[in-house]
Amino acid sequence: MYDYSDFDSAFVRERVAEFRDQVERRISGALTEAEFLPLRLRNGLYLQLHAYMLRVAIPYGTLTARKLRQLAYIAERWDKGYGHFTTRQNIQFNWPKLRDVPDILEALADVQMHSIQTSGNCVRNVTADHFAGAAADEIEDPRTTAELIRQWSTDHPEFSWLGRKFKIGISGAAHDRAVIRSHDIGLRIYRNEAGEVGYEVMVGGGLGRTPMIAKTVREFLPKADLLPYLEAILRTYNLLGRRDNKWKARLKILVHEAGIDTVRALVDEAFAERRAKMGPVNPALLAEIDAAFAAPVFEPEVPVPPLVGAGLRSWVDTNVSPHRVPHYAIVTVSLKPIGGTPGDVTAEQMRLLADIAEEYAHDELRISHEQNVVLPHVPRRNLVAIYDRLKQAGLATANFGLISDIISCPGMDYCSLATARSIPIAQGIAQAFADLDQQRDIGPLKIKISGCINACGHHHVGHIGILGLDKAGVENYQITLGGDGTETTAIGEKAGPGFAYDEVVPAVERLVGAYLDLRREPGETFIEAYRRLGAAPFRAALYPDEARSDAA
Amino acid sequence: MARRFQPQMATGNDLLEGDVVYFTSRGEWSREIGDAALALNPEAADDLLARASAFPNQVVGVYLVEAAIDDEGRAAPAHFREVFRTRGPSNYPQHGRQAERSDV
Ligand code: SF4
Repeated sequence: MYDYSDFDSAFVRERVAEFRDQVERRISGALTEAEFLPLRLRNGLYLQLHAYMLRVAIPYGTLTARKLRQLAYIAERWDKGYGHFTTRQNIQFNWPKLRDVPDILEALADVQMHSIQTSGNCVRNVTADHFAGAAADEIEDPRTTAELIRQWSTDHPEFSWLGRKFKIGISGAAHDRAVIRSHDIGLRIYRNEAGEVGYEVMVGGGLGRTPMIAKTVREFLPKADLLPYLEAILRTYNLLGRRDNKWKARLKILVHEAGIDTVRALVDEAFAERRAKMGPVNPALLAEIDAAFAAPVFEPEVPVPPLVGAGLRSWVDTNVSPHRVPHYAIVTVSLKPIGGTPGDVTAEQMRLLADIAEEYAHDELRISHEQNVVLPHVPRRNLVAIYDRLKQAGLATANFGLISDIISCPGMDYCSLATARSIPIAQGIAQAFADLDQQRDIGPLKIKISGCINACGHHHVGHIGILGLDKAGVENYQITLGGDGTETTAIGEKAGPGFAYDEVVPAVERLVGAYLDLRREPGETFIEAYRRLGAAPFRAALYPDEARSDAA
Repeated sequence: MARRFQPQMATGNDLLEGDVVYFTSRGEWSREIGDAALALNPEAADDLLARASAFPNQVVGVYLVEAAIDDEGRAAPAHFREVFRTRGPSNYPQHGRQAERSDV
């Protein structure tokens, strides 16, 4: 189990004490709000629509039972008894009081956690596959590379002032679960024909206002060359990136404007120079990090009782994924109960999940960017017991990857930047398709909802993406179709005019109805049918009046 | 043509609790939208904002919002964002102002 070395206890305690003092000085009036604002943001404290919100980092989405229990304690003691897991692998508490925040931070530090935000124009936290170290299709644990990059980029003098924030995503498996092509730099670990493990390097991805898919700048980069190559990319960007416009200064714009071939030539040039200076990645350091992420000691195989009961069987079919050790499994605990708030979890549920992880799953949990909880290392013999326990707590919804497993940002129910609500849209869609048998018939379908153009809900890469906007003082929702966040990344296309709040759920129902009519066979998924047929028949379903008047 | 002036209210969040608050005609801050003072012309709006901004250690993020007056003469925010701020999150009716109010 990785005891992450970036948690420097003395440093974090010092920061907590400092913030306690700052809060006191703010309350006494010694600090103005203008002075205090950047200080609280650095400590993850935001002022939202109805209250303060504290955002706590979960590095690599990894938690132990002890940490999760502490989050439960914080939720109960200082908040309203629940927390919200975000698409950036954080947990947010929605109701802290200013005076209590230093105590909360103290409680976090007790379990080696913090809310310190890497903010500003630097290399942001590196994200990796939430099945890391467990997936059957994994070549190598991407967290080792992620941690190597984190250590290299932290306090790197040259990169402490970048034109814009910089995000890196890494996958070590055949199937991309980390949306790597939507990052400034995406790294895919794979084995080439010669049998060597290295990286495919992609640059220039991003969501938000100008969504773009990263392009491959290097087909195969030997592992030892990673850091010099990344430095070459950042250096090229630092030299060329446009700093005159906040929206334009992202690497994606540079790649888009200069073209990938130009960027590649410049990076190669910088790389030759960097490699000569830096030398290869130190294998001893890599081995040390590798050891820190080592998998638990797997127990020997024992006979597994048969899975009886329709509920259990469909949960296993839907929410259990293959593990690299055949008698193990990866369990995804859905935080998307029908009608619930995506990603929300009560203190009681957190404690139960902690107990389950400790008793049945080597004391490890992950939080996925899809706002679910993952038990990465589960001996298959424990599946029945885990299901029973989850079921009692309302956590056994068998909908992982199905239409009601919706990603939704907090939207205008909490977020001060929102232009419309997203949570009730997610709830409405899930309720319209409440029948799990029907959901299974519809098959894999990803709906992603954002409450503003910042795209925290990743709507651009939803098979069906929904973006809430404010259109002349009324909530209005733009639907995009055909997005994809996996190894076949695509940005969804805008379907047409937006929909009023009440029209969104019926519109989604029409889309799904059209898909069921159009699919060649039950095995053809929504996205496959969309790719085969194009947008036209789906648009016709979304805008039936238009279709009728065209036909007339 | 210039848009007709809409009545304005001053709002912000309580420094300690984070709660949504409104500036009243008595020159205080209240959690009740019904207490909000209304500015009926641009000069009054400037004045309202200035007076509301005089509590930097009690209320933060002070700004003006447009109000709509209903048939019974009660003021409510015109924009949906501000209407939500008078209530709380729609996914949890037991949280936020709506939990205490009987009129929403
Ligand atoms: S997408 Fe917009 S509304 Fe949603 S959480 Fe991000 S900033 Fe807030």
